[in-house]
Amino acid sequence: METLKAQKTAKKKETSIRISGAEAIIHCLLAEGVDLIYGYPGGAIMPVYDELYKFQDKLTHILTRHEQGATHAAQGYARVNGKVGVAMATSGPGATNLVTGLADAQIDSTPLVCITGQVPRHLLGSDAFQETDIVGISTPVTKWNYQITKASEIPEIMAKAFYIARSGRPGPVLVDITKNAQFDEFDFAYEKCTGVRSYKPVPKPDVNAIEAAAKLINNAKKPYIVFGQGVILGEAEEELKALVEKAGIPAAWTILGLSAMDTDHPLNVGMVGMHGNYGPNVLTNECDVLVAIGMRFDDRVTGSLDTYAKQAKVIHFEIDPAEINKNVKADVAVLGDSKQTLELLLPLIHKKEHKAWRAEFEEKYKIEYETVIKKDISPTKDGLTMGEVIEQINIASEHKAVMVTDVGQHQMIACRYAKFKQSKSNITSGGLGTMGFALPAAIGAKMGAMEREVVAIIGDGGYQMTIQELGVIFQHNVPVKIVVLNNEHLGMVRQWQELFFESRYASTVMTNPDFVKIAEGYHIKSRRVVERSELEDAVQEMIASKDPYFLEVRVEKEDNVFPMIPSGASVSDIRLK
Amino acid sequence: MEKKWFTISVYSENNIGLLNRISGIFLKRHINIESLNVSKSEIENVSKFTIVVFAPEEWVRKIAGQIEKQIEVIKAFYHTDDETIFQESALFKIASDLLFDERQIQNIIKESNSQIVTVARDFFVLSKTGRRHEIDEMHDALEPYGIMQFVRSGRIAVTKATMPITNILEEFQNQ
Repeated sequence: METLKAQKTAKKKETSIRISGAEAIIHCLLAEGVDLIYGYPGGAIMPVYDELYKFQDKLTHILTRHEQGATHAAQGYARVNGKVGVAMATSGPGATNLVTGLADAQIDSTPLVCITGQVPRHLLGSDAFQETDIVGISTPVTKWNYQITKASEIPEIMAKAFYIARSGRPGPVLVDITKNAQFDEFDFAYEKCTGVRSYKPVPKPDVNAIEAAAKLINNAKKPYIVFGQGVILGEAEEELKALVEKAGIPAAWTILGLSAMDTDHPLNVGMVGMHGNYGPNVLTNECDVLVAIGMRFDDRVTGSLDTYAKQAKVIHFEIDPAEINKNVKADVAVLGDSKQTLELLLPLIHKKEHKAWRAEFEEKYKIEYETVIKKDISPTKDGLTMGEVIEQINIASEHKAVMVTDVGQHQMIACRYAKFKQSKSNITSGGLGTMGFALPAAIGAKMGAMEREVVAIIGDGGYQMTIQELGVIFQHNVPVKIVVLNNEHLGMVRQWQELFFESRYASTVMTNPDFVKIAEGYHIKSRRVVERSELEDAVQEMIASKDPYFLEVRVEKEDNVFPMIPSGASVSDIRLK
Repeated sequence: MEKKWFTISVYSENNIGLLNRISGIFLKRHINIESLNVSKSEIENVSKFTIVVFAPEEWVRKIAGQIEKQIEVIKAFYHTDDETIFQESALFKIASDLLFDERQIQNIIKESNSQIVTVARDFFVLSKTGRRHEIDEMHDALEPYGIMQFVRSGRIAVTKATMPITNILEEFQNQ
């Protein structure tokens, strides 16, 4: 580590204490303000668990029922409160079970520190029991990772791990610690990391770029904002709102940008992307200036790049230089932290209203409302729709709940129709599309924001991927509300099979167990809704409950999510049915 | 998209695992690394990766950005062949009796500007430094007589223009 020196502060090290590596890890976590971690013990991490036992009054460890659950819970925790989530596992299978969560956190820029035990240094590379090269395996799915083989490395590496996870564009860091380094004693002293010489987390804003952006926005006839999670991670919600209101620009969000702006704000025009709203998608190809803020032009957002916003000048506000011109060419790139750059932009912006342009969004909304939305949220047919369930949750929770979704049809419907007043309220697996994310992430979200209502909305497929985490909810009485929208299918795959594979339903029909009985087995209050007449009452009862609550809603089996941009098609070719 | 030869120069910390992290970026985009050399650089405690690829410039630009984003990478540059001075080295191990039996071998040694590194009873070793096509030509010339072993190094390159790397490090020190 000699060459990778953390920038030293002038402050002298405090007097050191002689402790084991395992105890040092606990002190590092406490020094970083960690009071809650998720994990699963095993042979190679036992010295650290022994210290967790001694420090349990200061540091709570939640035993998830699978290591994947630990990472998703840590993600939910981080996403709801902006702190670094921490997960811990043993070597070998414990470590490999973290990989999905790491990949999810990497693609969705979630700050995590994952600590894994490793076989003792003298056994490295010998195919020892539960040895796996987790540093090698996790390299492509971590922002940074490191293997500690000497106790004395622990403070500097742990300090760097937290600094790297939370700074700049956040992401997951994995620290692998050999067992000998956990046992060995050394003189411990902790200094927080304030910089790494090869790493520039936040580019300095370029005033010229900001002026160029302001000029384009001020001269635009049809300006349009698309914002993403960068607004939430940069805590630039107020600046975004001020920009939107001052410049009179309609603003749409990516799935991870949802909740950065009040969903009822008159200039919030909805969601972009494959199952986004009609206006926000087709008008992408009508605007003259596209202002992208903290988003990365994912293929699910843009559809075919050859026909995406070709008529528009593109301004890209972004913290990560590697995202500039990666998918969509920017005419003006404004690098930096979103809060900082928007603050600098605001005074240069002229007050505008753009009434005629805004009316185009309203007009498109009317078309979408008549053909899609009305049928989704106030259906007249017999079967229950996912949309009406979300609508009831909106009413019962008064737009104040944190919504945690899994992946698939229910996720698209929930994100389309959920109402939010507050930022950091939408927690979902966006980039990776990880089924099984929601249940453990909801546990983390609730524990990260105990004062808030947390509702997990999950499909019957994804629910069964991490259903064992009901054990955590039961053991710790975590008052999350779980809604399973059961259509007895892997709905989104089934929809694609119907539309693009001539209804050949290969392995998408599921025979499910009695979900209510399973919840009861974990002593969780539960209810099943089959008829529309029971829905409102059941949702009200669920939200009113002080305890964890499980609600299964039997919905239409073969409903499709619309609008839809078929894979590889243009945003202009969005289908309403 | 037109493919061209590019030399990517990466200045980084000298840490275990960084090679894996960098090569993974090429793997992700299914791009073959044509040659790779890792050495110290002109700056103390800073390593330099010299990576040669045959790919569209658009991809190389994006890859350089994604390499530079790695925590332990200080800076990544990419250049065309016109913008760099570059060479490769090769060693040829050849049976000693050929030196005496085949006149042509001595001519090849002279014409190729190669050096004899060592001569033993059974074999001798030739070293050649130059452009890849020069080494290839020498290889083709020797091949009919029999090459016992052959190895060629990765490309090493310096740029004609200055690399603004020192400023970046100085900026950090002064922060």
